[in-house]
Amino acid sequence: MRAADLATASILILLGGVVVLDSMRIGIGWGTDGPRSGFFPFWLGVILILAAATIAVQAWRRAIDKPFVTRERLSPVLKVLWPATVMVILITPLGLYVASAIYLAFYMRWVGRHSWLAVALCAIGVPLLTFVVFELWFLVPMPKGPLEAWLGY
Amino acid sequence: MGGIENLFHGFQIAITPFNLFIAVIGITLGTIIGVLPGLGGANGVAILLPLTFTMPPTSAIILLTSLYWGALFGGAITSVLFNIPGEPWSVATTFDGYPLARQGQGGQALTAAFTSSFIGALFSIVLITFFAPLLAEIALRFGPPEFFAIQLLTFSSFIGLGGGDPLKSLVSIVLGFILAAVGLDIVTGQLRMTFGFVDLMKGFDFIVAVIGLFGIGEILLSVEEGLSFKGTVTGMNLRVVLDTWKILPRYARTFVRGAFIGFWMGFKPGGATPASFMSYAFAKRFSKHPERFGKGELEGVVAPETAAHAAGVAAMLPMITLGIPGSPTAAVMLGGLIIWGLQPGPLLFTEKPDFVWGLIASMYTGNFIGVLMVLAFVPFFAAILKIPFAILTPLIVVVCAIGSYAVHNSMIDIWYMLIFGVIGYVFKKLDYPLAPLVLALVLGDLAENALRQSLIMSQGSLAIFVSRPIAGVITAVAIFFFVLPVLTPWWRRMRGTAVPSARPS
Repeated sequence: MRAADLATASILILLGGVVVLDSMRIGIGWGTDGPRSGFFPFWLGVILILAAATIAVQAWRRAIDKPFVTRERLSPVLKVLWPATVMVILITPLGLYVASAIYLAFYMRWVGRHSWLAVALCAIGVPLLTFVVFELWFLVPMPKGPLEAWLGY
Repeated sequence: MGGIENLFHGFQIAITPFNLFIAVIGITLGTIIGVLPGLGGANGVAILLPLTFTMPPTSAIILLTSLYWGALFGGAITSVLFNIPGEPWSVATTFDGYPLARQGQGGQALTAAFTSSFIGALFSIVLITFFAPLLAEIALRFGPPEFFAIQLLTFSSFIGLGGGDPLKSLVSIVLGFILAAVGLDIVTGQLRMTFGFVDLMKGFDFIVAVIGLFGIGEILLSVEEGLSFKGTVTGMNLRVVLDTWKILPRYARTFVRGAFIGFWMGFKPGGATPASFMSYAFAKRFSKHPERFGKGELEGVVAPETAAHAAGVAAMLPMITLGIPGSPTAAVMLGGLIIWGLQPGPLLFTEKPDFVWGLIASMYTGNFIGVLMVLAFVPFFAAILKIPFAILTPLIVVVCAIGSYAVHNSMIDIWYMLIFGVIGYVFKKLDYPLAPLVLALVLGDLAENALRQSLIMSQGSLAIFVSRPIAGVITAVAIFFFVLPVLTPWWRRMRGTAVPSARPS
């Protein structure tokens, strides 16, 4: 937990530094007609650095510690995250509906070990339902791929 | 004042068949969202927001607010039956609700929870009906310094009353403001913090942040904790409902106390959670049988639910009168108002009376329909949790992705959603509060403009925030909240009580 707290605080300090530098580049003082663009972000950056530094010092001094996350508890988190990332990558070439069908099927079979019938029903039914709701009823377009093009949408 | 007349006119708008139908849809979806882990009021509203773009604004806001009422009711179902608080303000409901359900009195506990929610909400709505026009009238006289002072008050109450680590609340707020500043500065036309990336020019949309932080972040957190629904059986029928209603008048005082605490805490940001804990603590202190609390005392369900729902409704008051949301959900609705082409703030009352009074009237009808629907369909809503989590988890991820994409039809938003999801997971684990970040992201431009305009008015002197009477009072209260976390330990030491109080988080 302490390591995670320190790491987060360090990233925040770095971020604050970037914000302060960029604000100084565009000007933090008084322009011709009021505060310049960097004025507000500059002070935000300063506050962020000070607050994150204090959090880091407090975390450093803390004696009692429990792990941020154990290895076996991290595994289900990653099992959600990386297939989701793959799905997002697949959206560009395949479209959202096909990508989400693949993602649903993969996750249900791999993590849930559901029967192929259930997998097929959900993986086809859910994208079909979202297609009807978003594309046809509410006219909200989603990214589409070759399958939709082949079907004429 | 023509309050009653306006309200009557509002009812004529809210009770059209189409708007009632919209309300029923909203409540159904909202309750489902409230029951599902990983989907709460805020991101439920965010995901559905794109669907309202083509609707008339009044119907759109009725859909979103109904969704919100449904989510509030739905949170109680999981708290009582599964010991899983759907929202932070349902945590106190689990203390006595779950033991009651284990003793086979889940039906009684749920009836009490829904009824208290309804009464708490009704209390706040009545107050909103009368106070909102007055507050809007006062707010019409506000200039930039007053608005900036109110923003200051909004964020100071997260630090002073939020209950968590004040430094981490501060970091969340500042981070939200920084994210809001990314992109084009509309005042000078300069690019800020884009570092040459075209994608950063558009900045970060808070709706995507809400979906990522609350939706994906929450789902990661719940798979880590291991989703297991050890549900209890509900014995819910008309007899149980009527029998419970016969007992409830006994707790009249708890209702009144809870409603007051809820309203008072609720119109300040982040108030619903502390309100529910405070109401629970008060009920326990004033009870003749404090030892029964935590083991299945009906009053322990009534107290937090009344306060939480009263606070949830009260959060709408600053949104419609000042244009400053009191909760992340209200923030998303505020974003909706802007997208529908309405200017949030005090002018709404004079320029769009149909919208405002239709909204206020729909709060009455929505909550009334809501309480009847959840009472009637509890078994149906509880059955949703029987869906295996290997289906639920990817389903929620897909729905979140659709919602993020639909906001601007942009692929980069889905990536932002994933990144915000990881940030939300890490922040939640490290006790960085997420609500202030979202609110700062929404209010960032408004706050910055108010600050700049004030400084232009005063030729760069910060004294403007204390020299004007209204702004001065608000700033003083805000500063008090900012230093409260520093004062409290010092004050305790002065009084010689070294015992740290158990603060609700």
